[in-house]
Amino acid sequence: MQLTNRSKQVSNKEMTLAEKMYLPAVVGGLAITLRHFFRKKVTIQYPEVKRYLGPIYRGHHVLKRDEQGRERCTACGLCAVACPAEAISMVAAERKKGEENLYREEKYAAVYEINMLRCIFCGLCEEACPKQAVYLRHDRMVPVFQERDEVIYGKDRLVEKMDDRYIRVNNSEVKATPTEPSLTRAAT
Amino acid sequence: MELPVLIVKGLIILVIFGITLLIATYSTYAERKVAAFLQDRIGPNRAGPWGLLQPIADAGKMFFKEDFIPAQASKWLFILGPCLAMLTALMSSAVIPFSDSIRFAWDKINYDIPVQGIEINIGVLYIFGVVSLGVYGIMVGGWASNNKFSLLGAIRAASQNISYEIALGLSLITILMMTGSLSLRAIIDEQATFFEWNIFTQPLGFVIFLTCAFAECNRTPFDLPECETELVGGYHTEYSSMKLGFYLFAEYINMFVSSAFISALYFGGFHYPFMSLVNEALENSMGAVTGHNIATLICFVVFFAKIFFFIFFFMWVRWTLPRFRYDQLMNLGWKTFIPLSILNVVITGAGLLYDFKYATWLIAIVMIVLAVTSTSRAPKRETIAQGTV
Ligand code: SF4
Ligand code: SF4
Repeated sequence: MQLTNRSKQVSNKEMTLAEKMYLPAVVGGLAITLRHFFRKKVTIQYPEVKRYLGPIYRGHHVLKRDEQGRERCTACGLCAVACPAEAISMVAAERKKGEENLYREEKYAAVYEINMLRCIFCGLCEEACPKQAVYLRHDRMVPVFQERDEVIYGKDRLVEKMDDRYIRVNNSEVKATPTEPSLTRAAT
Repeated sequence: MELPVLIVKGLIILVIFGITLLIATYSTYAERKVAAFLQDRIGPNRAGPWGLLQPIADAGKMFFKEDFIPAQASKWLFILGPCLAMLTALMSSAVIPFSDSIRFAWDKINYDIPVQGIEINIGVLYIFGVVSLGVYGIMVGGWASNNKFSLLGAIRAASQNISYEIALGLSLITILMMTGSLSLRAIIDEQATFFEWNIFTQPLGFVIFLTCAFAECNRTPFDLPECETELVGGYHTEYSSMKLGFYLFAEYINMFVSSAFISALYFGGFHYPFMSLVNEALENSMGAVTGHNIATLICFVVFFAKIFFFIFFFMWVRWTLPRFRYDQLMNLGWKTFIPLSILNVVITGAGLLYDFKYATWLIAIVMIVLAVTSTSRAPKRETIAQGTV
């Protein structure tokens, strides 16, 4: 099988004198590295410059709201069950009269916490959710934490702000061919 | 020696010492930068502007690491090893003439103090002696660690240094024959005109010397003593903290001294084309004292430019060539370089007899012709069509 067309046939024929002197090969090698010396560098200076990681990158979690600003999550617990790292925990509550503009379903998550130290960003919670309530945003990463009490993210940091809504690029714009069912699902 | 001479001499020695340390420190930085650039990266750039404080951060890290001595090691020798390596490395820069001389008047007498730690008439021999002492640092350290990998690394270093020292010395002898002196200053003064630089009269000797210098400094492609793939860390496997730092630092000092030595022996030291004209013009226009000192400063800068080029060359080679195999290293040393350098000596001697300095070009030309003809007459390698295997 041939993977690239850059492979070279090796042979163990006896070396000629010029090859035994090594010098032509050494000079050739030095010329190659010198050319690289002046080439444009490929480094991306990370904290200052960030690279686009693609539309399917799994980053910061977000608890979605719908168009009217109601939280979608119904505290069914399927994400917590799906989570291989057992990072999600929640407390369910019943929606009261007058709270219809806050919560979309009759049951909602009063507390919803993700332990970012346990999370492995596998995205299974996103796949498990029947209400399309939890997503891993492709454009934002979970920042580095310095303190232990910073690592548990509550609703204050997870629920989507209405002025900063997360929109995943439509699947048709995804360059790579999607094979996962979660990718073919339409985004909110 | 009068007091002013002593003071100036002391200052020169201090400055040379400081410069040696500074250059060795920043060589570590330069090495990382050069490596990065050759690999299309940027290299250290976080500590200070352009990462210039990186060596200081590295040294700080080294100092704060645990200074560990293995229980089975022979304690005093274990400590002595890196000290020896560092000591010999630092001693060798004493005899290198970095520039012409500093002139000053004191009590109506003009003094000319050469910019050099000490001017001795056996400078070349001195460097040789001190450099070959350097292998004791490695030997002692590797043996005292009581670790088979360290010992193997140390043995490799010792045998490599001994084998290459012969070729190194033999290629040097041609220069000594042409100069008739062991003093580095005399060798440099011999190369006053551009086409008498030893690189032009001794091309073959230069190639041999350069390669042997790589082997002596234990630099890639001959860094078998610390070959990570086979020997963990080589002779410094058991070392940590600043003891390890000393070993690494000694290597960079050696590199600096070798670069200085190469530029002094083959590239005219602090001479540059039309130097005498510049010196005369300076002395005429600015007076014998100031003019002379400025000329000395220019010489100093020129010499360091040459040194920096060779330090760069050392790094350039390191990040280009892979490591030799040990038998290849020994074959190259004993079967190629020693016969070649003996031939070089003979041809140079014959050339001197007829007062022809460029005689060794003969060997170079013959070798090139042989190489070209053998390549053109060699059977073509059969190439198997792609994809058939
Ligand atoms: S991304 Fe994976 S590990 Fe993280 S919370 Fe979701 S299911 Fe758990
Ligand atoms: S996020 Fe989705 S899966 Fe998890 S509890 Fe809420 S509705 Fe259920």
